[in-house]
Amino acid sequence: MSSYIDIENVDAGYDDLQVLSQVSFSLEPGQIGCILGPSGCGKTTVLRVIAGFEAVWAGRILIDRVEVSSESACLVPEKRNVGMVFQDFALFPHLSVEDNVRFGLKGMSSKEQQVRVQEMLAIVGMPAFAQAWPHQLSGGQQQRIALARALAPKPSVLLLDEPFSSMDADLREQLAREVRNILKQENSTAILVTHDQNEAFAMADRICVMNEGVIQQQGSGYELYHEPANRFVADFIGQGVIIPARVENATTVKTDLGRIEGKNPLGVETGSMVDVLIRPDDVVHDDASGESAIVVEKAFRGADFLYYLRMDSGIEVMCLAPSHHDHRINERIGIRLDVDHLVVFPRG
Amino acid sequence: MALLFSLPIFTIAGFVLTPAGEIWQHLLDTVLGEYLRNSALLMLGVAVGTLLIGVGCAWLTSVCVFPGKRLFAWALLLPLAFPAYIIAYTYTGMFDVAGPVQTWIREMTGWKVHDYYFPQVRSIGGAVTMFSLVLYPYVYLMARAAFLEQSVCVLEVSRTLGCSAWASFYRVALPLARPAVVAGLSLALMETLADYGTVAYFGLGVFTTGIFRTWFGLGDSAAAAKLAAILMIFVFTLIVIERWSRRRARYHHPTYRYRELPQYRLRGWRAGLAFTACFLPLLAGFLLPAWQLALWALDTWRDMVDASFLQLALNSLQLALGSALLAAVLALFLAYGKRLLDSKPVDAAIRVVASGYAVPGTVIAVGVIIPLAWFDNRVDALMSSQFGISTGLLLSGSLFAMMFAYMVRFLAVSIQAVESGLLKIRRSMDEAARSLSYRPLEILLRVHLPLMKGTVLTAMLIVFVDVMKELPATLILRPFNFNTLAVRAFELASDERLADSSTAALAIVAVGLLPVILLSLGIGSSRAAS
Repeated sequence: MSSYIDIENVDAGYDDLQVLSQVSFSLEPGQIGCILGPSGCGKTTVLRVIAGFEAVWAGRILIDRVEVSSESACLVPEKRNVGMVFQDFALFPHLSVEDNVRFGLKGMSSKEQQVRVQEMLAIVGMPAFAQAWPHQLSGGQQQRIALARALAPKPSVLLLDEPFSSMDADLREQLAREVRNILKQENSTAILVTHDQNEAFAMADRICVMNEGVIQQQGSGYELYHEPANRFVADFIGQGVIIPARVENATTVKTDLGRIEGKNPLGVETGSMVDVLIRPDDVVHDDASGESAIVVEKAFRGADFLYYLRMDSGIEVMCLAPSHHDHRINERIGIRLDVDHLVVFPRG
Repeated sequence: MALLFSLPIFTIAGFVLTPAGEIWQHLLDTVLGEYLRNSALLMLGVAVGTLLIGVGCAWLTSVCVFPGKRLFAWALLLPLAFPAYIIAYTYTGMFDVAGPVQTWIREMTGWKVHDYYFPQVRSIGGAVTMFSLVLYPYVYLMARAAFLEQSVCVLEVSRTLGCSAWASFYRVALPLARPAVVAGLSLALMETLADYGTVAYFGLGVFTTGIFRTWFGLGDSAAAAKLAAILMIFVFTLIVIERWSRRRARYHHPTYRYRELPQYRLRGWRAGLAFTACFLPLLAGFLLPAWQLALWALDTWRDMVDASFLQLALNSLQLALGSALLAAVLALFLAYGKRLLDSKPVDAAIRVVASGYAVPGTVIAVGVIIPLAWFDNRVDALMSSQFGISTGLLLSGSLFAMMFAYMVRFLAVSIQAVESGLLKIRRSMDEAARSLSYRPLEILLRVHLPLMKGTVLTAMLIVFVDVMKELPATLILRPFNFNTLAVRAFELASDERLADSSTAALAIVAVGLLPVILLSLGIGSSRAAS
């Protein structure tokens, strides 16, 4: 039921438009992966080639070490044992909740079906809704039924296509955590597609950031945020600004905000100019600091303030400050750098 | 598959190019001018008639309030249940010299038959009136839908800019509804061109009657096919106009904020006028002829309803039911194939099949019989030379040929319904079922069919009724001694046994009421939704 999944150097597209190029990633049994990227980056296509709705142009796909897609062959979707939760849930409107969940349980006795349906409804927390009709359910409830329906036949891998996109923002993260718990309970290998990084962080063990059909970086949320491999990932994940700096030695750069020392060698020539990524949490509000900047804009976010600051050199940075530090616009405040992860991009 | 059903259309199209025979030259010299003139006159008259009745009633029932408005909104569709040829016999029976109306006039005034002028029903003017009375619902339906869809804002803007209610109608509402009206009008004109029963009964020389005469009278199939080809050019012009106006209709929605239209409350003589304007078409197009038919049927049904009549009814029923089922299955097959394959050639082939509905039954019959006869002759020749057996006519003149012609003509209806039903089912439904290990055919049975039960049934109902009413193709293609209600009604009426034909006619009208009721229910629910 939970399986290895391996995507190897896959190219794919529609008609003569190439959408994916050289996409590779792997998941171990029970792992939850996420394809994260802006809309139109090809992330849904990844799901569609895994499900078998689209063929691959090159490369291959293995489910549980068995090849299901290659340049020359494409196993039909109904033989892949792949579960899918659609963006619009695609519950069958002519079937009750119970019959929707039962729909994929072929080749079981009706008693076994009944047991499995009850089990799935219990797992998604909706045992009382067996006789309800899809149109009577709220969006979140429909989503849980869609999940139960997809998981009922114990698929090798579960694919989720933007499953939370139609939900209220406050519901999303809560649902994402719930779904993660259900998947872990079922020990299901799963791949989620989303454009929302908070969803990805809440659900996935492993995240692939994708842009223009190419995987930019793979890793945990922590790695993507603190050690982005390129400017796209740095820009797409989290907030931050890029400021110029001069390389002083193998691990240190000098910026207008002061000197930053990294833990690892930068691999850039000493004396050259580079760009440094400064996250809002790298800039600390400290009245005792010698450096200061003027508040240009501020956003109150409950637990903290996000300040947009302009330094005397004209460079702007963001600063995350505890929410009791309320400063007026145009006020000058003291700041200092506290960088854990030094991220440097060569000037191009 | 789709190509098979477009074969007759291509056959006829091919005859545009074939060299002309002697008879063709003769036709050209003698009757072709008459056919063209009569057809043009008919179309012009029907256009004016259906526009006046259809648009007028649509406007009244959609934006004015007067007594009976809700009733008229759907009752105005009733004339759609009358095939033109049946209303034509009925009125002829009512208004001819020996009919009840003229008899009554003579009794009241003491005039003799030649003392007064009375308009001839069996004339071009009569035909125009008959067609207008039963075909205006096409224009009415489309125009009403367009009026109801119009944004209230544009009408209110025109009022604030100083247009009166009438001026708003002429300068804003009507231009906005024009594409829909033109689409409805071209449907009405297609039906006019396709008609055989009425014009044959009235003795008018138009293309459909010409095809019959050339085929049966002169025995020249090539010339008949050439006439059919010319008729088809007319029809395709109308199709192009219809498509074009529908496409334009899409751009005619300046805003998507729809509200209930402004309701002009009519009182006094205005309300009476509106009531009369809506009541007259209903009276003349449905109530009067239905009343007359019922009277006749009451007189004659004891003599008419016998074993052979029941046999006719059974024939009609079986044919219609069989065609409806077959059309639904074929339409599902074609539309589902298109959904699965998503290929351009399949798409184009289905478009051609779908144009069959616009092609007159006469043309299709000729287009069916030519290739089938060719096939029969080939098989016969082959069998005679190889085995010494003459197979005779295998397909032409068989039920198969009839069913085939019905499919060519009516498949479009069911394809359209099935396609629109399929379109409403999101692709993710298919994919969800496939990811749950269902094969495409299982998905069709377990997901699609249950979801579009309603649409498929509607499609079957419409084909059923159309086949019941169908006259010209049945007349040409029916096997020897095989009759349907429609053919029987036509034959009896042609023998001037109008009263005797009424039972069969009434049966056809009764069946024809079914889709009209369905349509009016649809209209009712769409109003409830708004």
